[in-house]
Amino acid sequence: MSAGAIGQAHPRLEGREKVTGTARYAMEYPVDGVTYGWVVPAAVVRGRITHIDTTEALASPGVLAVVHHGNAPRLATTPGPNLWLLQDPAVHYRGQYVAVVVATTLEAAREGAQLVRIEYDAGPHTTVLTDDHPGLYKPDHVNPAYPTDTAEGDFDAGYAAAQVRVDATYRTPAYHNNPMEPHATTAQWTDGRLLVHDSNQGATSVRATLAELFDVPRESVRVIAEHVGGGFGSKGYAKPAVVLAALAARHVDRPVKLALTRQQIFGPIGYRTPTIQRVRLAADTDGRLTAISHDSISQTSQILEYTESVAVYTRSMYAAPHRRTTHRVTRLDVPTPFWMRAPGECPGAYALESAMDELAVATGIDPVELRIRNDTEIDPDQGAPFTSRNLVACLREGAQRFGWADRNPTPRSRREGRFLIGSGVAGSAYPSQSVPASARITARPDGGFLVQINATDIGTGARTALWLVAADALQVPPERIEIRIGDSELPAAPVAGASMGTSSWSWAVIRAGEALRGKLRDGVPPDAEVSAEVDTSAELNAQARKPKFTYGAQFVEVRVDTTTGEIRLNRMLGVFTAGRIVNPTTARSQLIGGMTMGVSMALHEGGLFDERYGDWVNHDLGTYHITACADVESIEAYWLDERDDELNAAGVKGIGEVGIVGAAAAVANAVYHATGVRIRDLPIQLDKLIGTSALA
Amino acid sequence: MKPFRYHRPADVADAVAVLAAEPQAAYLAGGTNLVDLMKLGVQRPDVLVDVNRLPLDTVEELPDGGLRIGATVRNSHLAAHPTVRRDYPVLTRALLAAASGQLRNMATTGGNLLQRTRCPYFQDTSKACNKRDPGSGCAALHGVNRDLAVLDWSEQCVATNPSDMAVALAVLDAVVEVHDTDGVRDVPLADLYRSPGAHPERETTLARGALITAVRLPALPAARRSTYLKARDRASFAFAAGSVAAVLDLDGDVIRDVRLAYGALAHRPWRAYRAEQELRGHPFSPELVARAADAELAEARPLSENGFKLPLTRSITVRVLSGLAGRAQS
Ligand SMILES: Cc1cc2nc3c(=O)[nH]c(=O)nc-3n(C[C@H](O)[C@H](O)[C@H](O)COP(=O)(O)OP(=O)(O)OC[C@H]3O[C@@H](n4cnc5c(N)ncnc54)[C@H](O)[C@@H]3O)c2cc1C
Ligand code: SF4
Repeated sequence: MSAGAIGQAHPRLEGREKVTGTARYAMEYPVDGVTYGWVVPAAVVRGRITHIDTTEALASPGVLAVVHHGNAPRLATTPGPNLWLLQDPAVHYRGQYVAVVVATTLEAAREGAQLVRIEYDAGPHTTVLTDDHPGLYKPDHVNPAYPTDTAEGDFDAGYAAAQVRVDATYRTPAYHNNPMEPHATTAQWTDGRLLVHDSNQGATSVRATLAELFDVPRESVRVIAEHVGGGFGSKGYAKPAVVLAALAARHVDRPVKLALTRQQIFGPIGYRTPTIQRVRLAADTDGRLTAISHDSISQTSQILEYTESVAVYTRSMYAAPHRRTTHRVTRLDVPTPFWMRAPGECPGAYALESAMDELAVATGIDPVELRIRNDTEIDPDQGAPFTSRNLVACLREGAQRFGWADRNPTPRSRREGRFLIGSGVAGSAYPSQSVPASARITARPDGGFLVQINATDIGTGARTALWLVAADALQVPPERIEIRIGDSELPAAPVAGASMGTSSWSWAVIRAGEALRGKLRDGVPPDAEVSAEVDTSAELNAQARKPKFTYGAQFVEVRVDTTTGEIRLNRMLGVFTAGRIVNPTTARSQLIGGMTMGVSMALHEGGLFDERYGDWVNHDLGTYHITACADVESIEAYWLDERDDELNAAGVKGIGEVGIVGAAAAVANAVYHATGVRIRDLPIQLDKLIGTSALA
Repeated sequence: MKPFRYHRPADVADAVAVLAAEPQAAYLAGGTNLVDLMKLGVQRPDVLVDVNRLPLDTVEELPDGGLRIGATVRNSHLAAHPTVRRDYPVLTRALLAAASGQLRNMATTGGNLLQRTRCPYFQDTSKACNKRDPGSGCAALHGVNRDLAVLDWSEQCVATNPSDMAVALAVLDAVVEVHDTDGVRDVPLADLYRSPGAHPERETTLARGALITAVRLPALPAARRSTYLKARDRASFAFAAGSVAAVLDLDGDVIRDVRLAYGALAHRPWRAYRAEQELRGHPFSPELVARAADAELAEARPLSENGFKLPLTRSITVRVLSGLAGRAQS
C-alpha cells in the first residue's frame, strides 16, 4: 500500500451537506402519504395493562389508529424481550412503550397519545441498586462474552501481607446516551417488502433483526442509515423506534415516521447502569502492586440480563501477582441497561484509576511514576505479550507537555485568589478489535472508482476515513473515488461500535482494492466496469488472538471556587497511541469528544432517580446536564506514532472510546489534589463541597 | 399537542379582550417556556395571543432618570442596552447569566417574569404536582428536591422561581405595568409573586388575562455599584444553584444603603430585607455580612437534598458584597 492519503488531515466529505442542512437524517426523507407515530409510555413500573380505552384518541382529529398489544401485528420472540413490543399486556418498567398512536400529522399523533387511557394492575417494585440487594447474583458472563470472575494467585493473602493498602468504594449513577439525533425511523411496506430509513449504528444487523421479527426474508428488508446524528452505543442494534415504526406502518398500511423525543429516550433505549465498585490495591513501599481486586455491582432488567463489564479493564491494565475481579448483578424493575461509549471500561477505569491515585497518595509516589512502575508488557489476563503497549510513552509525553514536573504533590498546596487549583492524571486503555466485513470496489471506464461497504458514519468521520484508506489501497488520489455507505444493500459490514468500525471496514476495503488491482492493467481504466468483492472472515478467523489495546494518558487541571464549590477545568490534555491515525482532523474530534464526555461524567451527568415512581426525574438536557463548552477552557489531544503490524490490514486501532476511559478519574483526582477531599460518588458537584472542609 | 388557535392582536386592548373572553387562552411572547410546556402537555391553551407585534419593544429613559422597559424587549437587547449596563449593571449581569445566547435572543421581559418553575415533577405529567394539577400532591417534597426551596415553602409546593432577571429586578424595586380589562395599573415587583401556600397553582397576584406591558426601574444612583452572582452546576446554560443580586452604597466604611435579593431559595425572588436591616448603618465587614446572611436564613427549612443552599448563600453574599465594597476576597 502506498502511503499518501492516510494520515492527511481532511474535512468530512459530507460536511457541507451537514452544515447547510441538506444531509438527510432518518425522519427527513420525503414520502408520499406518510403518517406519524407517537409512542405512549407506561405510567406504572410493574404490572399488566387491564384495559386500553382508545375512544377519545381515535376521535381526535387526524388520528388513524392506536396500535397496542391487543391489535398489533405479531412479532417473532427470538430477537429478545426488549424488541418484543406491543405483544402482551405485561409492563416490566416505567416508560415502557405500550402503544403507538398513528396520525396524519406529528402534532395530531402527539395529542392522540395524550388521550389514550390505560388502566393497569400494578404490583410493588424494586428499582434501586444497593450493595446488599438480595437479588444480587453471579451472571454466566459479562458483556459481551467475558468471564464473570477472574482470579490469579491468592488475593486475600497478598492483600493482607502488603505494606500499603487502599480499599475504596466508588459509585456512579445511571448515565443516559443522548445523541443529538434521538432514535428515529421512517418505515414503509410495499408488497411485503420493508424499507426503513433509520438512525442506527449498523444497518446490516438491523436488517437481520427486522427480517426475523417480521418473519420475512432478509432480501425483503432494506435499511438505510446514510447520516446518523450520533449513537454512543444506544443505536448499536435494532431498537424500539425502528420496530415500532415498522409495526405501525404494517398496521395502518401506510408509511410511518416515528421519532422518540428527548424525554422518551431516558431509559427504554438503554443507558449505562449505575455501579458500585470496590477496589482494593496492595503494594510495597516502592509502589509495586502486589494485589489488585475489583468487585463490581450493577443492575439489569427483569426481562434481559445485561451485565456491564466493569472490572474487565482491571484485568489487563496493571500487573500484580495476586488478582481478582468479580461482577454481580441484580434484576430490578427497570429498563435494560445497554452499551454506552466504552461500556465497562468507562466506569471501571474511573474506579481503578482513582484507586491508583489513592495508592499514589498512600505511598507518596508520584501518580505518573506509580503507573510507570506498574506497567507490563505481558497482558496479565491472557498471559501473552501485548502486540504493542505504549502507555508509558503516553504518560511521559503527556507529563512533559502538561508541565507535570512543576506540580507540588501536596493536596491544597496551590491557591490563586479564591480558587484552589489541582491537577490529576489517569491512564486509559481500550481493546482494539476487528470483526469480519465485506466490501466491493468497482473500477469505472472513466478512471473513477466506486467503493461500497455498509459501514455507518455516526458523525465520527468514518466515510471520509474509508475514502482515504481506499485511495491508498487503489493507489489513486482520493478525488477519483466515490464511496457509498449506510445501506443494507451494500456489502455487509459490522456495527460502528466498540471502536472496531474503522479497523474492520478498512480491512475489507484494502483487500477489495488489492483484489481489484489484480484484475486491472496497471493504471489503465477498464473498457467496462470491473468489480472485486471480498469478505475478510477467513483471514480474520485465521489470525491468532492476541492482546491488543489502544492506550492513553490524560491530564487535567481544575480550579475549585472556594466561595461556591464550582469546579471548572482550566485545561485537559490527553496523549494516545492508536496505531496509524487515518484522518487527524476527525481523530482529534473523537478523542476530545470522548475526553469531554468523561468530564461530563465526573462533574455533570447523572440520572436522578425517584424510587417511588421507579423512574428518573430528569428527562431532558435542561435537567440532565452534560458538559458545556464553557466548562472546558482548553482541551488538547495528541498521539504518538505507533506501528503495529499485528493488528489489521490498515494498522489502525480504535479511537472512538478510549478518550472517555480514565477521563473522569483524571478530573476526580484533580479535584482531590485541589481540595484534599476525595469524593467517591459521581458527579462531583458543588453541593458535595460547599460547607465542607474541602473549601474551608 | 393540543390543537390551538392563533391570534395576532391589533393592540393591547384587543389582546386583553381576547384573554378575557377565552378561558383557556395564553399570551405567546418568545415562546421559549410556553411552547416547551405545551409540547409536554403541561399547559394546554386553546388560543395563543401573540404579543410579539405589539408596540412594547422599546426601552425608554424616563424624565426622573428611571427606565421603562417594554414587555417584549428581548433579554439580549436589554442586557446590551448602554443605559442598563451603566446604571443597572446588576440587571445586565443577571440577564447574561441566564440560559443561552439563542434563548436570550427570543426571551422577552414579560415572558421571563412569568416563566414557570423548573421543578422536574412540574414538567412531567405522569407525576404528582399540585402546581400543575391541584390536589394531586407534591412529589418533590420527599423526592428529588436538590434545586428547590429552603424558604417560605408549603407542604403543597416547594418549587423555586427560576428567573435570574427577576432577582435583579427585586433589588431595583422594579414596578410592573399591567393591563387588564379594568385598565392599567402598577404592581411593585415585590407584590407580583405569591408564596405557594395552599394554592401553588396561583403564582402571581395578577388577574387572569392580565397583560404585562412594561417594567419600570426607578432612578437609583446607588445601582451603578451593583452586581449579580450566580453559582451553578455548569459554566453556562444552567439554572442557579444559588444566586444573589446586590446594590451597595458605602459612606466611607459605613454601609449607607444596601439591597440584596436571592434566587433559587424560594417561590419568588427573595428580597433579603432582614439582612439589609442588619447591615444598614454599620461599618462594612465580611463577618457582619455573614451574620446578616445567617439572619436572613434563620427561618430556612432545607429539604432532604438542599441543605447546601445555606452555606452557599452565606458564602456568595460575602463574596458579592466584599467585591462591591472593593475588598476582593482572598
Ligand atoms: C434550556 C433553558 C435554559 C434556561 N436557563 C435559564 C436561566 O438560567 N435563567 C433564567 O432566568 N431563565 C432561563 N431560561 C428560561 C428563559 O429565561 C425563559 O424561558 C424566558 O425568559 C421566557 O420568555 P419568553 O418570552 O420566551 O416567554 P414565553 O415562553 O413566551 O412565555 C412565558 C409565560 O409568560 C406569559 N407571558 C409572556 N409574555 C407576557 C406578557 N407580556 N404578559 C403576560 N404574560 C406573558 C406566557 O403566557 C407564558 O405563560 C431557560 C430556558 C430554557 C429553555
Ligand atoms: S414543588 Fe411545586 S412544582 Fe414541584 S412537584 Fe411540588 S407542587 Fe409541583
